[in-house]
Amino acid sequence: MIELNDLYHQMLRIRLVEEAIASRYHEQKMRCPTHLSIGQEAVAVGVSSALTIDDKVYSSHRAHAHYIAKGGSIDKLIAELYGKKTGCTGGRGGSMHLCDLDVGFMASTAIVANSIPLAVGHALHLQTQNMDAISVAYFGEGATEEGAFYESLNFAVVKSLPVLFVCENNRYSVYSALDARQPKSRNIANLAKAIGANSVELDGNDVMAVAEATEETKASILSGQGPVLLECHTYRQREHCGPNYDDDLNYRPAEEVEYWLRRDPLVLAEEQLPPTFSKDDVKALILPEVEQAFSLAETAEFPSIEQNAEYLYA
Amino acid sequence: MPELTSFAEEINRAQHQSMEQDSNMLSFGLGIDDPKGIFGTTSGLSDTFGPKRVFDMPTAENAMTGIGIGAAIAGSRVLMTHQRLDFFLLAMDQLVNNAAKWHYMFNGQMKVPISIRLIIGRGWGQGPTHAQNLQSWFAHVPGLKVVVPSRTENAAQQLYQAIMDDNPVLFIEHRWLHQQSCKSLNTVCLEQRLENTQVVRSGKSVTLVANSYMLLEALRAAECLADEGIDCEVIDTAGLHQIDWPVIQTSVKKTGHLLVCDSARKEFSCGAEIIANLSENCFSDLKRAPLRLGLPDYPEPTSYGLTHCFYPSAHNIASKVSELLRREIGANTYTSLKTSGHHDVPGSWFKGPF
Repeated sequence: MIELNDLYHQMLRIRLVEEAIASRYHEQKMRCPTHLSIGQEAVAVGVSSALTIDDKVYSSHRAHAHYIAKGGSIDKLIAELYGKKTGCTGGRGGSMHLCDLDVGFMASTAIVANSIPLAVGHALHLQTQNMDAISVAYFGEGATEEGAFYESLNFAVVKSLPVLFVCENNRYSVYSALDARQPKSRNIANLAKAIGANSVELDGNDVMAVAEATEETKASILSGQGPVLLECHTYRQREHCGPNYDDDLNYRPAEEVEYWLRRDPLVLAEEQLPPTFSKDDVKALILPEVEQAFSLAETAEFPSIEQNAEYLYA
Repeated sequence: MPELTSFAEEINRAQHQSMEQDSNMLSFGLGIDDPKGIFGTTSGLSDTFGPKRVFDMPTAENAMTGIGIGAAIAGSRVLMTHQRLDFFLLAMDQLVNNAAKWHYMFNGQMKVPISIRLIIGRGWGQGPTHAQNLQSWFAHVPGLKVVVPSRTENAAQQLYQAIMDDNPVLFIEHRWLHQQSCKSLNTVCLEQRLENTQVVRSGKSVTLVANSYMLLEALRAAECLADEGIDCEVIDTAGLHQIDWPVIQTSVKKTGHLLVCDSARKEFSCGAEIIANLSENCFSDLKRAPLRLGLPDYPEPTSYGLTHCFYPSAHNIASKVSELLRREIGANTYTSLKTSGHHDVPGSWFKGPF
């Protein structure tokens, strides 16, 4: 049974981690490009609520929410941003290459659309080995402009692979708006249908809607009905890369920004929560955890430069 | 066991053996299970191991490479085959950004046991986009392994070792090698570790370094030059990712003369790297400046009329050796190195179209 309280807790946890990153980013200790998920937490939390540890996840450059929602270690995430030995890739990959194999978060990668084929390949392995699990590919709507997206979806349909495609449509590729990139008539869910996949279009800021859709979808994938694409409409609140708000640059219409800020996934969930629910109590549970992650990262050692050539080959 | 075995049969044998041995192995590529079985190199695989493990694929080189990588990360062992290297260029993102870096970038937590067969065409109108050997591109990227077979004796062993490697390996086969043969008894045991750099003919006058089809030309030249009293040492650089430098250095210390016969474009090539290394490390051992042969700095044209001198041959090698050693070579030797028949086929058996 999916409980909104739990989903809200997860979303708030991601939000507080990322707000802490944003507030400390200016200290210049997290020296890597960082793409915050603030505003898009409901997709990651909704999807992950239907996944088990056996389900495997691949993501893109904006992956913090996906990683944390899947259960990825916050200590290892923050240490990675600091480039420390204790980071999830020991300082090799940074914010855009996250990994926590203990919880089934396989990897995030930096090149647009390039982890989609990996998720499909993982699904091919699951199918060949008759495993009762699915693979998940998270990507943005920009990735649906890449050939790798079509090629991957096509193959997944041909082989009826156990893979869930989660498209977070936040309408912008850095500063480039949709009208420069896709025809007005484009509907990504319909496009997936035309290729032969099942698809669902939904409000990506409604965490309950995402959770329920994923639960249903996962059941259909596991019953052998082929891959599904979820198109989740959502919005990134801050700049493409970095800790700041950048709407002073006027690349997004003010009314659009206001509309989506009113529809912040946490705000929407709060409206649904019972009056007895205390945000402060949940916050009090989360903040020490965040504080600990930063203090561990601050005091951890850098990896040894002597080992730079290690792991070139397996 | 038949007395003779062909290069294509050896390539086929290595795949059967590895699929038999590793039940988690998958093999796919365009046309892999079609009636021609990629020049016979994949015939029988689908029947033996079933369509779940051996299958044809969509014409989608980039994503299919990523799908192979994803399956390999998940625990499958993957072999992909491309009938021409040129089509694989669509997959550079997956190869360079994912396969090559995965093990390193994730700090050794995952590995990518994928090997990719790439076949290079030549002649019979292959032209600009069906005949490129881009071995130096691949060798340039840290994390990839690049294996370029030449001799039938080693072909099965080299492919088997590439497949069983837990790293991404590019296996670059020259189409003109497929029909050559050797005695079955002389094939190298599959389990024997691959030697990246190997002396295949010893000599003391000059060191010839080559791979792929150029190794055969070098061996042919060496044989004829022996009649002139010129004793060539021939070195095969089958593994370009980690050349075993002492093997070449020891040879050059002995001969004092180096000719590199590249099977790709001469400039910015693996040959250039070999000459650079030997100049850096054996400068005082070289009696003359090293020389190299390779393909011109323009694409291979298509027309029969335009390809006469595009590929260096044993004849050109002999002539370079003569230049290097400042020794005249007899007309008879040159005559014996001339090939009869058409210049754009490896032998009369080759009737096209590819």
